[in-house]
Amino acid sequence: MTDKYAQLVNQGIGRNVARKLGLPRPAVLRRYRPGQALVTGPVVVQGDSAAADKLAAELLTWDLDVRRHAVPREKLGAIILVLDEVAHPEDLERPVLAAAGSLRDLDAGARVITVSRPAAEAGTPAAAAARQGVDGFLRSLAKELRAGATGNGVLLAEGVEVSSPSALAAVRFFLSGRSAFVDGQFLTVSGNGGSLPDDTGRPLAGKIAAVTGAARGIGADIARTLHRDGATVILVDLPAAGDHLAAVANEVKGTALQLDISREDAGRKIMEHAVQRHGRLDVMVHNAGITRDKLLVNMDQARWHPVININIAAQLRINEALLASEHFGPAPRIVSVASTSGIAGNRGQTNYAASKGGVMGMVRATAPLIARAGGSINAVAPGFIETEMTARIPFALREIARRANSLQQGGRPGDVAEAIAFLASDAAGGINGEVLRVCGQNMVGA
Amino acid sequence: MSTDGQSIPAAEAAAASAPALRRAVVVGGNRIPFARAGGSYAKSSNQDMLTAALDGLIARFGLQDERLGEVAAGAVLKHSRDFNLTREAVLGSALSPETPAYDLQQACATGLETVVGLANKIRLGQIESAIAGGVDSASDAPIVVSEGLREVILDLNRAKTLPQRLQILARLRPKDLAPLAPGTSEPRTGLSMGEHQALTTAQWKISREAQDEVALNSHRNLAAAYESGFFDDLVTPYRGVTRDGNLRADTSMEKLAALKPVFGKSLGAEATMTAGNSTPLTDGASTVLLASDEWADARDLPKLAAVVDAEAAAVDFVHGKDGLLMAPVFAVPRLLARHNLTLADIDFFEIHEAFAATVLSTLAAWEDEEFGRTRLGLDGAYGKIDRARLNVNGSSLAAGHPFAATGGRIVASLAKQLHEKGSSDGRPARGLVSVCAAGGQGVVAILESL
Repeated sequence: MTDKYAQLVNQGIGRNVARKLGLPRPAVLRRYRPGQALVTGPVVVQGDSAAADKLAAELLTWDLDVRRHAVPREKLGAIILVLDEVAHPEDLERPVLAAAGSLRDLDAGARVITVSRPAAEAGTPAAAAARQGVDGFLRSLAKELRAGATGNGVLLAEGVEVSSPSALAAVRFFLSGRSAFVDGQFLTVSGNGGSLPDDTGRPLAGKIAAVTGAARGIGADIARTLHRDGATVILVDLPAAGDHLAAVANEVKGTALQLDISREDAGRKIMEHAVQRHGRLDVMVHNAGITRDKLLVNMDQARWHPVININIAAQLRINEALLASEHFGPAPRIVSVASTSGIAGNRGQTNYAASKGGVMGMVRATAPLIARAGGSINAVAPGFIETEMTARIPFALREIARRANSLQQGGRPGDVAEAIAFLASDAAGGINGEVLRVCGQNMVGA
Repeated sequence: MSTDGQSIPAAEAAAASAPALRRAVVVGGNRIPFARAGGSYAKSSNQDMLTAALDGLIARFGLQDERLGEVAAGAVLKHSRDFNLTREAVLGSALSPETPAYDLQQACATGLETVVGLANKIRLGQIESAIAGGVDSASDAPIVVSEGLREVILDLNRAKTLPQRLQILARLRPKDLAPLAPGTSEPRTGLSMGEHQALTTAQWKISREAQDEVALNSHRNLAAAYESGFFDDLVTPYRGVTRDGNLRADTSMEKLAALKPVFGKSLGAEATMTAGNSTPLTDGASTVLLASDEWADARDLPKLAAVVDAEAAAVDFVHGKDGLLMAPVFAVPRLLARHNLTLADIDFFEIHEAFAATVLSTLAAWEDEEFGRTRLGLDGAYGKIDRARLNVNGSSLAAGHPFAATGGRIVASLAKQLHEKGSSDGRPARGLVSVCAAGGQGVVAILESL
């Protein structure tokens, strides 16, 4: 599961050889560790709008070194481009070119973040053009950044202030090492709901969270990350995976629930366990998933049915049971694991992509239902992640899949877990019905 | 009343002097799948398996870093290095290292006796929580040197001069060098457990067909319980094994009938005991979480059943007065009488299937008028049980029988079964556990649903 190539080109002789030959050198990403500084250096906030001023003032309260204008040749931790008032494509020129001059000063693992409004909600064609322009601009810039730096955007829906809890939480997430493998992505904040944590190191303190597929891989790291962030975790996996499940449960001091989630009563069983032990459930993470790859021409029911049943039908059934329960929440959160396969498609994965596309459709349609209960539902779509599952892909294919993103490397299970922990937090309450890709800006898909 | 020492005392005698005790409850259990000896767990030690069973239980109930009142477990086949087996397993588990532990050994009744002993401590208020358990590896069994070699080595240690040492060494004979593997033979009779049961089987005229039927039901019931998910919160996989290795879901009367007898071939009567209706040597471990109501409630843990009472008995098999495995025949009537209960008051019977014939001999004795009069001091037969209430989720013939682990397997499964029955019926359900053991012993217990 280790990326030997990335190790080789980042140390000693390997580094020099790779540099001389012009070989791709995937950077060691700046990943979150408890107690770590939010960014590596000063944060420049570009933009003249009221929102820019507000955000700069807010960042000062985070004990960040905030600049409204870059000082040449000073290493920067981040550039935030506040473009919420652009009304014409020509409005982009000044802030964008101002940022351009600072790009060479970006530190390794730095961040570029745009803050803008969704094009669909623009009042005029020119405003829509300007807003959509931010999209193309940011995605291209993200591909130009080096040394593990990433570019992402926060979209504020009409009526959502930059100082709203989820807007600030999204900016914090993109600035931090928690978003190391999120690159070239936009996250829409659609509401002013949510609340910021007392302790940013423990944003899930006191939460009761259930994670399916928690025995190994991404699921085990989700459990570890939720636990690190303060949650009490209920770890769910197949009875046959119980030994791995017990080991992870004991590591994160949670409880192991051996359960086949494709059973009709799985939602009730999860809720019963949560209510018996903790009185309620706050967070449901749908991570369990399987692949049964085959070209459609060779597809049969044995490969199609279980993939749909476990990857999406089970989530639908469980959500129905949870949403019917008075013990889900207050402020319930559902986070589902989708896949970039469900967005861009993948040869040999018609069944898997149908199920993961289904997850995204389900998330969008469930958003208004769970909003009525004061909750939110979102999905995370991982790209190429280094797991036991992807370690079985033949070497050449694996290398191609690994390098085909802006960060030139596969993500780690923990990278997916960080995005899930963020979306599970109280601070993300204003983010609902979204799909956040954790793919290092994979070349396939959008 | 008969003058036989095994007759049943009056209920009042025991009840009158009993002090007020609080309740001990079964919270749940965990075991690893049982595997046939020499199979999947051939390289696992007792300590490995007991630790795995403990860790699964800890994970199920979120007991990480908890300091429990006490953990008690044991093994029948035990290495001398495992003098503190249970404590070592606790130290290797996710429990608080400040949890005390002790080992216990009562042959096949070890597991049930740990439940009884710890439940009593809870009832007395000495502890609030406990884990009872047992483990056995017939694969990783201790090999012992011969008595001759052992004496020579010990004497050599004590010798002071070279001539003394040479003199001692000269006592060695080639036969002393052969190692002794542990057997299931009774020290006082030299007969294996199977040969002892064969005597009882012949005495009670238990047919081959009846034994095979018990075995078939055991496999069918265990397979059905697995299929329905009954064991989802009772068993945690180990070393890639997810179900009991001995389980044959597709066995049939025809397949069982085709097996050749292995015990009782020299008795003159027809030999009826086969590998199909006798338990195989098995490796495995089991645990049961016990608690006071207060302790369980404070942690929002489930309460499946109460450990009501228990009774031990022993028989004189050495002189042939009773069969080796017949002690429960006496223990059960004594225990039920103490609570003014009869067999008809029991919703589920868990009679350990050491051999199918053990179960059938026990039932036959209870149904026998003369036995009831002469041995139990009754007016007639003790009673007949409803076979639909017997070993409803399978027993040792299908699951296998890692000696000390069987009691924990039965108590946890029965507690869950009783809880489900009690919840659906809206009235308490009562269960009886009966485990026979080497040395002519037996331990039985009553559980009641919560």
